[in-house]
Amino acid sequence: MTTTEDHEISSIVGDFLERCREPIVAEWSGSLFFQASDGDREQAAADCAEVLAGMRRAVLAGKADDPGAEGYASVRNVLEILAAQHDSDARIVANIAAGMRSLKDPLLSLWHEERIRADAAAPGAAVLAAAVDTLGLVLLDTALSAGRDTIASQREQLAELSTPVINLWDGVLAIPLIGTLDSMRSQIATESLLQAILDQQAHVAILDITGVPTVDTMVAQHLLKTVQAARLMGAECVISGIRPQIAHTMVQLGIDLGEVVTRARLADAFTYALGKLGLSVVGTERGGV
Amino acid sequence: MAQVPIVNIHGVLLVTIQDELLDYAVSELQQNIAEQVVDQRARGVLIDISVLDVVDSFLARTLHDIAAATSLLAAQTVVVGMRPAVAITLVELGLVLPGLRTALSVEDGLAMFSRDSGMVRAAGR
Repeated sequence: MTTTEDHEISSIVGDFLERCREPIVAEWSGSLFFQASDGDREQAAADCAEVLAGMRRAVLAGKADDPGAEGYASVRNVLEILAAQHDSDARIVANIAAGMRSLKDPLLSLWHEERIRADAAAPGAAVLAAAVDTLGLVLLDTALSAGRDTIASQREQLAELSTPVINLWDGVLAIPLIGTLDSMRSQIATESLLQAILDQQAHVAILDITGVPTVDTMVAQHLLKTVQAARLMGAECVISGIRPQIAHTMVQLGIDLGEVVTRARLADAFTYALGKLGLSVVGTERGGV
Repeated sequence: MAQVPIVNIHGVLLVTIQDELLDYAVSELQQNIAEQVVDQRARGVLIDISVLDVVDSFLARTLHDIAAATSLLAAQTVVVGMRPAVAITLVELGLVLPGLRTALSVEDGLAMFSRDSGMVRAAGR
């Protein structure tokens, strides 16, 4: 098939989509695909007409099977709304596939009812089928990228939430590490701790890992790097909150924290830090014992 | 390029690096410090690197060498004011400089010498 013929088929299909717009919209707006629009038929019909127009532009441009075509890009926000309605449903992929079938079948039967030149009927149908499939791809892509964006923003929020640096005393900082430490999170924790050491001229920093469920070699490596970086800046780090099972695991994995000071509880680490500063806590006679 | 100033404060040489140093300047500084320690009979050397955004592996190794050399001359070397980004980079490069003493600020570094010599009773920290 030459390019001229391709072009001819495209324009025949384009004409068909224009001529049969009303019956197509009537069929489509009742379909599973557009039904998600809160049962609002008018809204569904408007969405339908817009999507159909976009599809027609893509077909006329000869790019029926290109998800990046301008025609598909222009209906992305309509699809985004449709995808958001599907989003609550866990079976989004199955739904979209079923929706595509409910668009394709009526479209093809309308195509066959039309009196199309015999030599254009089969390739035209193929173009229509490709166009609907591509629409499905675009919708799927839209739905998935919405999900990806959500995950990315939540990951960012999690990173912000999870690394507070607490000033326990003049010159004593604590950073309670909570949850699984991946490399991005531990990097953020390290950076914020070192910055806080600089800002507050802290002499001792306590890394509390009470909230860390498992310590593997990677996590231990990160802890060690943080301790070494703090030492280069002139501050000392204490690691606290190592639970008995974790101590056991660390020994079995052969993790050696070297000369790093460790304490079982945050309270012990704090006492150590006060000692480093030449301070101690004494009871007064008015104590309630 | 201006020479790195070396100031004697009660037997402690304060070396304030004010700009990025080229390798030859670093080597020159290393010799200079060793000579000054002997000439002024210093008991300590404070190297302030708080203005440096970048510390390359050569400078890092030289700092370590300066510390080793001065300790042979009975003077402790303390590196002060390393920035967080520099510290992270050195650790990532594996240059953890074991044995090198560090302090947060010049003030803290001087306090370390006061404590060591016992000249000043350091109450508190």
